[in-house]
Amino acid sequence: MSEILRIENLHKSFGDLEVLKGIDLTVQSGETVVLLGSSGSGKSTMLRCLNFMETPTEGKIHLNGELIGTERGGRMRYREAELCALRARIGMVFQHFNLFPHMTVLENVMEGQVIVLGRAKPEAQDKAMAQLDRVGLAEKATEYPARLSGGQKQRVAIARALAMDPEVMLFDEVTSALDPELVGEVLKTIRQLAEDGMTMLCVTHELGFAYHVANRVLFLHEGTILEQGEPQSILKAPATDRMSEFLEGHSLFKLPD
Amino acid sequence: MEWNFLAVLRDFDLLMLGLLNTLKVTGLALLFGVPLGLALALSRLSTFRILSGIAGFIVEFFRTTPPLVQLFWFFFALPILIDVRMTPLIAAVVTFSIQSSAFFAEIFRGGILSIDKGQWEGAKAIGMTYGQCQRRIILPQAIKRMIPAFMERSIELLKTTTLVSTVAYTDLMFQANELAQKTFRPLEVYTIVAAIYFVLIFLFSQFSIAVEHRLAKSGEGTVR
Repeated sequence: MSEILRIENLHKSFGDLEVLKGIDLTVQSGETVVLLGSSGSGKSTMLRCLNFMETPTEGKIHLNGELIGTERGGRMRYREAELCALRARIGMVFQHFNLFPHMTVLENVMEGQVIVLGRAKPEAQDKAMAQLDRVGLAEKATEYPARLSGGQKQRVAIARALAMDPEVMLFDEVTSALDPELVGEVLKTIRQLAEDGMTMLCVTHELGFAYHVANRVLFLHEGTILEQGEPQSILKAPATDRMSEFLEGHSLFKLPD
Repeated sequence: MEWNFLAVLRDFDLLMLGLLNTLKVTGLALLFGVPLGLALALSRLSTFRILSGIAGFIVEFFRTTPPLVQLFWFFFALPILIDVRMTPLIAAVVTFSIQSSAFFAEIFRGGILSIDKGQWEGAKAIGMTYGQCQRRIILPQAIKRMIPAFMERSIELLKTTTLVSTVAYTDLMFQANELAQKTFRPLEVYTIVAAIYFVLIFLFSQFSIAVEHRLAKSGEGTVR
């Protein structure tokens, strides 16, 4: 395994509020990293800094060994063109899908390929169909997003990101807006990706998913990584009280074994 | 009182010429006003303070001054300031292009701002530039929402162009004045002119209602 993503001393403030207080993380190629933490812990912000949906206040991000941005006067500077090129290499899936409602499913999945990567339409269409097939929605290609269920929309969003051949995928609470019975189909799709060797960072509240799919779990608290480790150990025997409380809160009402 | 339309209908071609000129001014004002309105809206939404400030000033200025004052200013005052020969047509087109662009700018701006910010994020996340986001994702959706307000505004524009008769542009209203004096039949002339405006605008607004219905229906198919 080789290093694909390295984050050094990542800080992010919104005005006076410091949300991230120095995050260091190295992700290996093919790894699935799950970020846990209560709301306000900074997990979503951290994810959004990785593809510069939010611009970090401080710190450095390396993708495949190359530093993003240039350092000048002790600060990192980013050019818009550079960030667009970077975002094209990192796939992101959102809680609310953010599909383009005025385009069909197929057009949604082709859009970035044609407009951003400059692929020829026939090639983009083949690629889009292949990715739709991968998420099990090839037969919905000509539908508009409004005609799909939440779970289907999210799988289209995953296909849209995958069609760009991303080096890393970011999942930001992608099942939080779904009806409980639709969560499974989306998680299954993501697990398949993990098994195919995709490098992924997932913010989620699905502890079962973290347990079974993650190679590593990070627990964020007040803008720092409080604990990290393999899911089987960290989720069963957390080292800090804070994480114990968090896990208890998430499994208050469980069906008896 | 006796109605006699015959005297007026004999010179109906004068009125038709006026109608043509009215449509010409309206059409040209739309042709220049819409793109200019889009440019003003995008400038006003820009993060460059100076640009958005200038655009904001232009929009507010032309929305808050009477169109007749604007028309007189361009026709009588501008040629004193700079060396241009103003014809009534040019003055009319310049005035109503800028004046309606100020209103269109606000329609564009409202339409763009009404689009969910998730659409920006979805587009940005696949690597689109600001321009690509606007052109491919935001504007196509915003324009659909704008169409009713846009048509409403175009009707207002058509009505406001009657002001150009005051600078001797031969629009429908100007021709009506001429004809009324020539035939001594203001009752019939202005009745016919009112009827022409009514038919024209009524048809257009019926059309816009039909479009709105179509949009509402297809909206179910395309809005999340």
